[in-house]
Amino acid sequence: MTPTDTTQPPDQPFPLARSCPFTEPEPYTRLREQQPVSKVRLRGGEQAWWVSGYAEARAVLADRRFSSDRRKDGYPNPNGDPRFRERFRTQPPPMVSLDGTEHAAVRRSVLGEFTLKRLSALRPRIQQIVDRFIDEMLACDSRPVDLVQALSLPVPSLVICELLGVPYEDHDCFQSRTAAMTRRTVPPAERLRAFDELQACLAALLTRKESEPGDDLLSRQIAQQREQGAVDHARLLSTATGLLVAGHETTANMITLGVLALLEHPGQRALLTEDPGSTPAAVEELLRFFSIGDTVIARVATEDVRVGGVTIKANEGVIVSVLSANRDPAAFDDPAELNPTRAARHHISFGYGPHQCLGQNLARLELRIVFDTLFRRIPGLRLAVPVDEIPFKTDATVYGAHELPVTW
Amino acid sequence: MRIEADTETCVGSGRCVLTEPAVFDQDDDGIVVLLTDRPAGRAAARARQAASLCPSRALRLMEP
Ligand code: HEM
Ligand code: SF4
Repeated sequence: MTPTDTTQPPDQPFPLARSCPFTEPEPYTRLREQQPVSKVRLRGGEQAWWVSGYAEARAVLADRRFSSDRRKDGYPNPNGDPRFRERFRTQPPPMVSLDGTEHAAVRRSVLGEFTLKRLSALRPRIQQIVDRFIDEMLACDSRPVDLVQALSLPVPSLVICELLGVPYEDHDCFQSRTAAMTRRTVPPAERLRAFDELQACLAALLTRKESEPGDDLLSRQIAQQREQGAVDHARLLSTATGLLVAGHETTANMITLGVLALLEHPGQRALLTEDPGSTPAAVEELLRFFSIGDTVIARVATEDVRVGGVTIKANEGVIVSVLSANRDPAAFDDPAELNPTRAARHHISFGYGPHQCLGQNLARLELRIVFDTLFRRIPGLRLAVPVDEIPFKTDATVYGAHELPVTW
Repeated sequence: MRIEADTETCVGSGRCVLTEPAVFDQDDDGIVVLLTDRPAGRAAARARQAASLCPSRALRLMEP
């Protein structure tokens, strides 16, 4: 670990494109070995610290001197999207962008909706939803079927809609908007419009829930806020949008990549179908292996902090590479190996520290049910194209596949 | 082994409950509740795992 390394950022801008779904880009490995906290140049041109060691990643994420506030100067913008900071200036920031006691208050206001007890009560309903979309797949005459549109996207979308209390007749409005927001073939301007329309649907829904409450998350949030004084419409809208956006495409991408990996490794798939008790560990390993939110975790230092042998100065940006940390041999033996029986639970695919994913146990539940049900009900499922013809989201913030043509 | 849970820093991840439901529970607001503060045997080993997984470092172990 020589100090000169810190002044010599690699030539290529980070994050690098993930050209192979199963391996980490080679420069990631090299940086982690040379210096687990190092300076890189981002796609937008600015410099930031790249945290690639597992211990260093946990140290940064547990340290309150690093802020999540996207409005702060120095907060890195890994994908160089110019609209990025503006989006967070106009509305009450989502909880993922809040710090300290403000963050804790907002997080605690919805935490009760995501306890393990509440989630196990949802299990039968999620099973029904998964079965319904698999029924539709099986009823479809034409093959191949695109798993992304048939299962990966609609399952988490419907689950989160029902959790929030979106009535059945509005499901289409939500599903089409959330689908448009994530579809590559939809031009960026239209995707942004889909987002605005989604917000309009949610705002109308909130108004309706104020006068006609139901047995759902949004109605309970409204009741809770009334008890505390007044209903903060803007805050609720931000929470609802945050849940929809954070919980939809992420889970969908994990479904797609998990199915892909299990199709490519028949032995591992057999393990799951023979012993459903092995699914939870396999889900953890798939989460670690794909690390789909590789560059979603960013922070900005609020004061000088020593970590991994370097000093990160106040106002300097930090990106925690989830993929690199999850492939650190110091934390996982043979990290490049997909091994569904390993103990992988300490991965940081859901982050670490006070912002660790609020929906992680919902995502776990959905993934377990999907993998268990899909391979049981369609035992002959197989890829309809070779892996190298699958369009992967090589440059997206959340890694995944645009399409997964399957047949049986 | 004795265990202490800091309900102020807990962020309700549920990781401890998933790891050892005989020692950890969540209240209706999602915050950790200790079912025992002196786990033994397998439960103690799992409580240790839970402490190492806890994202907010809210679980403290004290030996013996
Ligand atoms: C496999 C699926 C998922 C992955 C990989 C994932 C990943 C993440 C990560 C890495 C963070 C931490 C961000 C940070 O530290 O800055 C996070 C936060 C968050 N996630 Fe997820 N997530 C998933 C599913 C979900 C679901 C299903 C929901 C909602 C129902 C959800 C809601 C949230 C929320 C609200 C936060 C912010 C928490 C906070 O700031 O306290 N996520 N997620
Ligand atoms: S693991 Fe830690 S943060 Fe999560 S519920 Fe348990 S005590 Fe709270």
